[in-house]
Formats: sequence, structure tokens, C-alpha cells
Amino acid sequence: MTDVLNSLLVQDDRTRRRNAAEVRFHAYGLGAIGVAVLALVLLLTSVVSSGIGAFRQTYITLEIPLPEEKLDKSGRRDSAVMARVTTFGYAPLLRDALLATMAQKGLTTTLSDTDIAGIISKEAAATMRDHVLANPDLIGSTVTLDVLAEGRIDGYFKGRVTMESAELDGRTSPEALRIVQLLADVGVIETRFNWRFLTAPDASDQRPEAAGLGVAIFGSLYMMLVVLVLALPIGVATSIYLEEFAPRNRLSDLIEVNISNLAAVPSIVFGILGLAIFINFAGLRQSSPLVGGLVLTLMTLPTIIISTRAALKSVPPSIRDAALAVGASKMQSVFHHVLPPAAPGILTGTIIGLAQALGETAPLLLIGMVAFVRDYPAAFTAEAGLFGEAATALPVQVFNWTQRADPGFAERASGAIIMLLVFLLAMNTVAILLRRRFERRW
Amino acid sequence: MKDTNLAESVDTMVRQKILARNVSVHYGETYAIKDVSVDIVANAVTAFIGPSGCGKSTFLRCLNRMNDTIDTCRVTGDIRIDGEDIYDRKVDPVQLRAKVGMVFQKPNPFPKSIFDNVAYGPKIHGLARNKAEMDNIVEDALKKAALWNEVKDRLHTPGTGLSGGQQQRLCIARAIATAPEVLLMDEPCSALDPIATAQIEELIQELRQSYCVVIVTHSMQQAARISQKTAFFHMGSLVEFGETDRIFTTPADPRTESYITGRIG
Repeated sequence: MTDVLNSLLVQDDRTRRRNAAEVRFHAYGLGAIGVAVLALVLLLTSVVSSGIGAFRQTYITLEIPLPEEKLDKSGRRDSAVMARVTTFGYAPLLRDALLATMAQKGLTTTLSDTDIAGIISKEAAATMRDHVLANPDLIGSTVTLDVLAEGRIDGYFKGRVTMESAELDGRTSPEALRIVQLLADVGVIETRFNWRFLTAPDASDQRPEAAGLGVAIFGSLYMMLVVLVLALPIGVATSIYLEEFAPRNRLSDLIEVNISNLAAVPSIVFGILGLAIFINFAGLRQSSPLVGGLVLTLMTLPTIIISTRAALKSVPPSIRDAALAVGASKMQSVFHHVLPPAAPGILTGTIIGLAQALGETAPLLLIGMVAFVRDYPAAFTAEAGLFGEAATALPVQVFNWTQRADPGFAERASGAIIMLLVFLLAMNTVAILLRRRFERRW
Repeated sequence: MKDTNLAESVDTMVRQKILARNVSVHYGETYAIKDVSVDIVANAVTAFIGPSGCGKSTFLRCLNRMNDTIDTCRVTGDIRIDGEDIYDRKVDPVQLRAKVGMVFQKPNPFPKSIFDNVAYGPKIHGLARNKAEMDNIVEDALKKAALWNEVKDRLHTPGTGLSGGQQQRLCIARAIATAPEVLLMDEPCSALDPIATAQIEELIQELRQSYCVVIVTHSMQQAARISQKTAFFHMGSLVEFGETDRIFTTPADPRTESYITGRIG
């Protein structure tokens, strides 16, 4: 029986076609992963390369005399009187200090004094004023302060501004760049890590160098807290009721379908809802992170409910039977035996919901969190009430900054995106750790 | 062996434990159990046999009201344990289930330690006042379930890490830890190998001394080996009920005869 046609050593046509299909499918899979990885790498490189600069900032170290006759004519150190001196009173002091430093280092220039003053950020005078008002005893002495350099100068040290681009630029000149390079060589100008980016509030659109994420991070964390405190208990309680206790009938089917639908509702619709209910009807303040948190809670609930129900469903029914058969009540069986193994799934769903909420922009635009917020919200004060004043959020801050003309803000926006990604990464890491920690096997 | 079985069963027939009269069960539109009446005696093993889907498990689950968990299930008729109607509105199924323990077809230990598995029932029913009492209850239950010697050194390892037969004995220990009077077993050996099955069967023989055991089984040999009374279910009806010995030797109903001789089922 040497039938060649049936030999196992030779693949028949059918087998060959089947194997070819498997190989092709394998290749499709690899290709898809390749595309995904490539997209991720491109995204990260582009964001990091344009945003990393936001984490470094150029400072000018100046020795500034604080003459009493200019800053406190009365000599009484009365803060109300001293506050009458505006930033316009401080700016010349800064300019003079810079000119004095240049003279001391033997640097000469063809620039006018006004152009020299333009090397220093407009924010610097305000910073200095705040510093002096906080410490009135400094008046009469000479202080050494690190003040912000103007945005273009900062850009020069980060490679964003070059001699060629300065030629065409109304706000700086090649000569100014030459001077700052010389100042940097003698250590007066320095670029270092930018804590202000993480702590300072937003700045006006003329001062990208002063803009920071402080208020946005505060607002985002505040909203995450509100979402966590509201959405987790409500979502888990809803899921437990629907999954374990609710009778199966038309009404529960209807609720189920609508929760799934809710998960697919565009987030901007939740924004309109929030505007109508929380601001127009309930009279809560616009732009307040409390309203933002409430809106995001509504948006996150379906995500939490769906994932919690999936987690509860994945607990084998035999465990429920076992608990009931030894005489546990329905609630005991759920809380002692169904919830614990479902916990990792619930937590993962919650954190994914939170991460989604953290990155959400559209609904916040509608409730006014897109406002320009110059100060930290004065929460917990009498006039602001418990849930206080306006704040922004990280994604909204990105949206805001990308709309501004100064290229310094493009860098800031990318920097904010990096922070947003860092937060998301941190949350997902927590989700994975919790999962590992609570996971049980059957 | 049959003779001793018979002798023992006659000896223990004195006390009726469970009385079921005209029990019918509906699942929605399905008529699952039709008018079943049966008397189950204490300190004996009663076996329910019959082909798949004949309603024997459904009837078993009526005895501790596990059917309550199924929304569409409706039970009519009268089931009395020690003369008390268990479907009376005043009866709390939680109390009933502490009195009527149950072991399932597939071993289903909680994903917790061996100790916690056994201690759970006593804990929620407040049977132990302190740690020492609880230790005693757990040890006692595990000994009765013939599992103590195998697990005494690893009481705090997961119950799910045991072999299938050990898991099933753990489930039996868990059921008897709440000090029930009746033990319901729903095909407890169907997921086990012959050696584990033999161990469980031996265990059931011992449990009979202290409990009223009701067992559902697919295996007629098993029913013949371990039970004193046998009920044959077919298509939702109780066809024949009597001494195991008599059912297997001189069945009165032709359907019973067909089933035990392998012609149907």
C-alpha cells in the first residue's frame, strides 16, 4: 500500500491552503501591532520633544536695590500704602538692576534701555512686588532675586528662537540674543528645572514664561476626588442591586438598556445637562470644580456600573449557592462572597472611568471651566462657600494654551499633555497594582 | 449487605423527618414536578434516582427552599420537616437552610482558607462564642467529613487548592459545621473519580448515624450501595418509592423496571 496521494509526508492542497491562511493571519496581526506601536511612538516623541522644554525655565539672577523713596515714601511700612506702588513702579528697578549687572560685567550694547528691559519678563515686576509686600523689611536693602526671562529669551536657550528667527521678530533682536548669551556665559542667566510650571497659575497671553499648571492640576484633582466619592459608591450600589437583587422584568431590562446607552452618550451632552441642572437650576457657581466633578460623575457612572456588573457576573453562581446553602442571607452572600472576588474588576473599572474623566474636555467647556483663571480658587472661605471659586482642569488648560498665539504656549501645551499622560499612567499603574493585590483564583 | 441494609432501615423507620404531600413545581410555564408525595425518615439515606431532567434535583432543592432564588419558580403543596410547614410565611429560609444543609454536584468551596470555609456557617449563625469554640467546631466538622487528617497542617491554605474529592469533603464539612439535621446531596460524586467516590460513599454511611441524608444520584449502583430508601422519578412524577432493596429486586412499576434494567434513561 504505497499510495503516494495519501502520504503524510506530502501536504495536500487543502492543508497547504489552510496553512497559508494561518501564516497570513499571523502577518496581519503583527502588522496591526506594528501600526499601533508606531502610532504610540510617534505620539510620544512628538509630545515629549515639543513639551519637555516646559519643564525648564530661564532665570536671570539680579541684585536689586529696593530704595525706600520709590517703594514706601511714607516710610511707615504700611502695606495699604505700599500697595499703591504698582508694578510700573517696580519695573524700572529691574531694568536698572540688569543694566548695572551688565556694566559690572563690562558688557556694552547698542540696544536701548527699553529693549534691555524687554529681556526681563513682564511677570518679574509682579513677582518682585509680591515678594516686597510680603517682606516689607527688605525695603532699603539690596535683594538677590531670580527673575523670569522673557519668553523669546527663554525660547533662545531651548533652541526655539534662533538668530535668524529673531531677525524677523518684533519682540526680540539678534543683538538681544547676543547679550543674553554673554550674560549666560558669565552665569547671570541660567536655565533650570521649572517648578513653577507645576505650581503657578495661568498667565496672560503675553507671558508664556510665567504660565503654570497649578490651578489646572488643583482643579483636576479636586474633580477626581468628587467623582471618586460620588461615582464609586453610587455605581457599585446600583450594580449590586441590578445584578443581585433586582427582579428580572421589563423595568429592569429598560434600565439596563438605558445605562448602556448612557455610556455611549457624547460627553458634551453631559456638559449641557450639567449647565442646565447644576448651574441654571441648582444655582451652583460657574467654572467651579464642584460642578465639573458632578458632571464628570454623571459621565463616569455608566462606565463604573457596566464594569462592576461584568465583575459581579464573572463570579460563579455556585459560590452564591454555596453561601445560601449554609444559611447566609442574600446580603451576606453578596458582601462576603461575591464582592471580594469582584473587587479587582470593580477597582479597575473605576480607575478606567476616572482616567476617562480626567481627560475629558468637552463637558467642562460648557460649564465654564475654560475660563482664564489667574489665581488659585479660594475654597473653604466664607464668601466663596465650601466649593468655592473657579478652577480649570488639565485638558481644558491644554485646549486654552493651544489657542494662544505665542509659540511659548505651544511648548506649555505639550508640557501639560505630558503631565496629563503622567497622571493617566500613574492611575493605570495603581489599577494594575490593585488588581494584582486583590486577585484570587478559583 | 442488602440484608443488613434492610435490617437497619427497618430499625430506623421509627421517625419520619420530612413529609412531602402533593408537591408541584412550576418554572414559568414548565410543569417540572407533578404532585409528588414522599416520606423521608431520619437516620437513613434516601436516594432519588431517575433519568436526567426528571425533576429529582428540583425536588431536592424544594427541601431547603433553594428554589426561592429562581424568580420564575413556584412551589405548591405541603412540605413539613418535623411537622413544621417550611413554606409557611413565617419561616425564614435562612434558618431553614441552617437546619437543612446542602452539598452540590460540583465542589464549590469559597475562595478562602480551609478553616474559613468551614467556619463561615457557624460564624454567621453565631454558633461559637470564642476562637477556641470555633476551632472545635471546625475540627469536629472536618473529622466528621473524614478530611481532618489530610488538612490539619494546612488549615489556612486556600480550600480551592485541594483535589476534587477533598474539595467535596470540604463542602460536606462546611454543610455539617452548622449542625444541620438534614443533609441534602445533589449528585455529590458525579464530578469525582472512583476512589474519591468510594471515600464519599463511605462518609455518607457514617453521616447516616447522625443525620437524615437525602441524595440525588445518577448511578443506580450508588443508590443500591448506600441508600435504605429509594425514590424513582420519571418525567416530573414520583413513579415508585420504597425500600431500596425492594425497588431494585422487585419493582412494582414497569417504568422502574425498565430504568433499572437499563432500557430507558
